[in-house]
Amino acid sequence: MGRAFASVREVRTYWTNFITQMVRIGVESIPIVALAAAFTGAVLTVQTAYQLQTSFVPNTIIGSIVVPSMMLELAAVITAFILAGRVGARIAAELGTMRVSEQIDALEVMGLNSISFLILPRVLAGVVMFPALYIFACLIGIGGGLGIAEAAGLLSTTEFIEGARQFYQPFDPYFGLIKSITFGFIITSIACYKGYYTQGGAEGVGQSTTEAAVQSCVFVLLADLALAVLLL
Amino acid sequence: MIQIEHLHKSFGDLDVLEDVSLNIHEGETLAIIGQSGSGKSVLMKHIVGLLSPDRGRVLVDDVDICSVPYERLREVRKHFGVLFQGGALFDSMTSEENVAFPLEYFSSRSPAEIKARVAECLELVRMPDVGPKKPAELSGGMRKRVALARAIALEPKYILYDEPTSGLDPKTSNTIDELIQQLAEEMNVTSVVVTHDMHSVFNIADRAAFLYGKSLHWVGPIDAIHNRDDPVLDSFVTASEYHVGTHPTASSPS
Repeated sequence: MGRAFASVREVRTYWTNFITQMVRIGVESIPIVALAAAFTGAVLTVQTAYQLQTSFVPNTIIGSIVVPSMMLELAAVITAFILAGRVGARIAAELGTMRVSEQIDALEVMGLNSISFLILPRVLAGVVMFPALYIFACLIGIGGGLGIAEAAGLLSTTEFIEGARQFYQPFDPYFGLIKSITFGFIITSIACYKGYYTQGGAEGVGQSTTEAAVQSCVFVLLADLALAVLLL
Repeated sequence: MIQIEHLHKSFGDLDVLEDVSLNIHEGETLAIIGQSGSGKSVLMKHIVGLLSPDRGRVLVDDVDICSVPYERLREVRKHFGVLFQGGALFDSMTSEENVAFPLEYFSSRSPAEIKARVAECLELVRMPDVGPKKPAELSGGMRKRVALARAIALEPKYILYDEPTSGLDPKTSNTIDELIQQLAEEMNVTSVVVTHDMHSVFNIADRAAFLYGKSLHWVGPIDAIHNRDDPVLDSFVTASEYHVGTHPTASSPS
């Protein structure tokens, strides 16, 4: 990565790439993240209500479980898994194709630092956009839970919000943000590495793409555990 | 001037180049010939520092590009234009954006001057009308010509061609050969052409370097390539379809 930060004089060149990557990684991921978060929040609410139906606990507990679960774990991890497939595979395939078709060599021969030009904007865009998507997934997921609770008559909106407030810890959203930044770095870095160092032809691109998606998921899980142990 | 001194390169257990030494003189067109897998493209990639040798060195205008810092290597590379085998055009850009790319990043030209230079380069490769088209919309020969326009945009001192005529029909191959000759004469560039197409070699080259068995087997002027005393070289040269029946000593069919 040392070479990636070497040529700050080409900032102008990379700014455009950075904006492009923010749109591709962040803005274009909004629909799938919204879909997954809404359904996760809704299913979590229904299942929590099912598990608590025979116990003598108030309905507000459902909100107390759903909201922190989304903030602490689900919004960040589900977003990361979706983006490991959508963004990680895309980056690895894009850079891998550029490698095998000699486009990366062409950049180098022109005198451009291909690592700065191709990798830096993608990793930075991941680190910036993953937290934004996490916040979005949190809101949609909690909204999904709230919506299904009201629609299915499981509990009222007031009870849901009251439950969420009861056990709310101010550190919860910060923990989720720290996770999402870490996941963003892991996924884009692995995808860039796999793509940039692709060998062979179409088979090599396929292999890099698969490895990027699988290894990203594995490292996301490891980082998830490590952060939970260290910070909670 | 480019000097290659005692170059060794292997990939894992596979030795590709062993003790290759070669000088490429200013203004000449040198063809690096040899069978597929003989290390021609590997040698070419060493000339622009895309590969590092295991041993030996490459000097470009007396700068050892194998040991200079990366930033210095980037400066040296700006003297080169390279036509890659598949063109290596950026497929997200149009043809004119591809040609404009190095000008935008490495020249102080104004947008109007860049536009004019792009038009000039596309005109030079006889492709004035393909500017708005993306690489996927072009044929193989057209892609190579646009890639050539991009390679010459910054008026390089050296142009390297990696298999410029491979996969092209004979007529398009002749057009590419003519362009290589034209650029060498008009821009007074030093050209290095990696090829196994002997038809091209006879058309464009001043000298040839023959790679065989991991090393440089023969170097000399193109007129001296009909070397009957060297069976390995002679066998490669006469194996060319182009050459059948034209070799001074080729036997007539009985």
